[in-house]
Amino acid sequence: MNFRHAKTFLLGAIALGSLASLFADKINPYWLFIFYDIGISIVMAVSLNLINGYTGQFSLGHAGFMAVGAYASAVITNRFGDVNFFAANGIFAVALLAGGLAAALAGLLVGVPTLRLRGDYLAIVTLGFGEIIRVILQNMDQVGGARGLSVMHGWTNLFWTFGLAAVTVYVVASLVNSTYGRGFIAVHDDEVAAEAMGINTTKYKVTAFVIGAFFAGIAGGLYAHAKQFVTPGGFGFMQSITFVVMVILGGMGNTVGVILAAILLTLLPEGLRMLAGINHLGWIGETRMIIYSLLLIILMLTRPQGLFSLKKASVQK
Amino acid sequence: MTEFLQQLINGLAFGSILALIALGYTMVYGILRFINFAHGDIFMLGAFAGFYLAPKIATVFPLPSIAGAIVVLFLSMLICAALGVVIERLAYRPLRKRPKLTVLITAIGVSLFLEYAGQFFFGAAPKKFPDILPVLPITKIGGLSLNSNQLVVLAVTLILLVALRFVVMKTRIGTAMRAVSFNPEAAALMGVNTDVVISFTFALGSALAAAAGILWAVNYPSIDPLMGILPGLKAFVAAVLGGIGNLPGAALGGLIIGVTETLVSGYISSTYRDAIAFAVLILILLVRPSGLLGKKEIEKV
Repeated sequence: MNFRHAKTFLLGAIALGSLASLFADKINPYWLFIFYDIGISIVMAVSLNLINGYTGQFSLGHAGFMAVGAYASAVITNRFGDVNFFAANGIFAVALLAGGLAAALAGLLVGVPTLRLRGDYLAIVTLGFGEIIRVILQNMDQVGGARGLSVMHGWTNLFWTFGLAAVTVYVVASLVNSTYGRGFIAVHDDEVAAEAMGINTTKYKVTAFVIGAFFAGIAGGLYAHAKQFVTPGGFGFMQSITFVVMVILGGMGNTVGVILAAILLTLLPEGLRMLAGINHLGWIGETRMIIYSLLLIILMLTRPQGLFSLKKASVQK
Repeated sequence: MTEFLQQLINGLAFGSILALIALGYTMVYGILRFINFAHGDIFMLGAFAGFYLAPKIATVFPLPSIAGAIVVLFLSMLICAALGVVIERLAYRPLRKRPKLTVLITAIGVSLFLEYAGQFFFGAAPKKFPDILPVLPITKIGGLSLNSNQLVVLAVTLILLVALRFVVMKTRIGTAMRAVSFNPEAAALMGVNTDVVISFTFALGSALAAAAGILWAVNYPSIDPLMGILPGLKAFVAAVLGGIGNLPGAALGGLIIGVTETLVSGYISSTYRDAIAFAVLILILLVRPSGLLGKKEIEKV
């Protein structure tokens, strides 16, 4: 996606989000929550795309950063009782930002020592950090431990969800298209050559990691204030995998594709659930997730370059 | 001291099961350079194969008995070996020339498929694994209580490791496996049929995972379709810890993870046990980025 489109997208999505939030009480709550899920998935997938797609560093722990953001922001907002509309949105904005910063800090702590590892080693270490974050949260009684934490305020709405999704897309798209951002793509294309050209590859990798973690933290804040209940188990390894699948199906490093994949993969299980409601198709209800995993395998076999990529699949030499 | 030895034995039993799973990860990685995420679910299927076979076998060999247990173990290994070959043929082989990430996601898809299909066909509720081995009364040696099942785990693991060592080092197909893992193109030019070697590797790894599944079920007799996730992850960590692609490394890694986890949950805190494996891994990778026994790969430009 080029820079000009990103700006249009930003303004359009924010306008649409605020317009839609005016009608929020007319939308069926079931659909409203699916819309929140879509927005949150977009934030997660697009930010992960900066790490996995553009910079080529395989991270399997994105849900861990989401957990940090979710808990950090929920702890802040839980300190406040009932407040008026403006105070609520003000506090929410601060809490989301704090959640993002906490996750970015976690990203920095994880990134600096580990990003000198490559490929599969990096993947397994990020997976490990995601799991460690989960286990630590499980053992923190101040935030409810394994029982989970109730979030008092359901402040997430369409405006915040899609506004922040638009901001994420805008930041990632304009970052990658800037002069500075060429460095990410250079690291992705050939780390050794990039280093030889004088690019500080470690710095770029850590930057991508921290920015990605920041947005994952914000998505976590949105998630916590949409569901109003968070458990450490909700941010496990399977969650991270879901976001990685979105990035790969979207075609690594293709922002539009990743957004479409995030929407599709959030709707797919719901769509199958709906099909199961139709007569004769009741069997789909029990086999919904089997169909989902089979579709995933078939998609990878038939379109390995990603669902929405126009480029031909690259063949490994 | 007695308690420490006791924990050590528990840890070794747990670790040797992890080692058996880790060997499958490391063999596949050594040859295809990709993480077979579905391997933990083969371990689960091994346990379920034993669960469904045991009543049938009990009609021929009365269970629990040693002969019956060996038959159950052997048949489960055979079933899973066949399954491993089928999965490789259908899901991984068409993608062999694609980027590794594509294959990785396919492997995740296969893993999800096996878990959900398992929940559908076997039911999501945990099942009690039948007693296939006669449980000897707990022997006490100097205050140390030895469970006969733990001894069985250690003995079977040792036998399988020796057998694997023999296959890989002394047989024709083992030599071919080493050749393919060293350089697939050169091996193919020398007349090694890489497809056969890869299928054989999957069969071998899956059979070991099935054996681990049976041993696990004998020791901790509650099995469910999601039981493979955590042992699978920990075994993978063990394989990376020992230096992925390195067979003795995988066995060593499994034992280290098993013993550390048991000791930490015994002496420090049991609630942190699932994080131990990863913490050990991260600490070791920071010092030795290619694992304990792994060789440093030099990247050619």
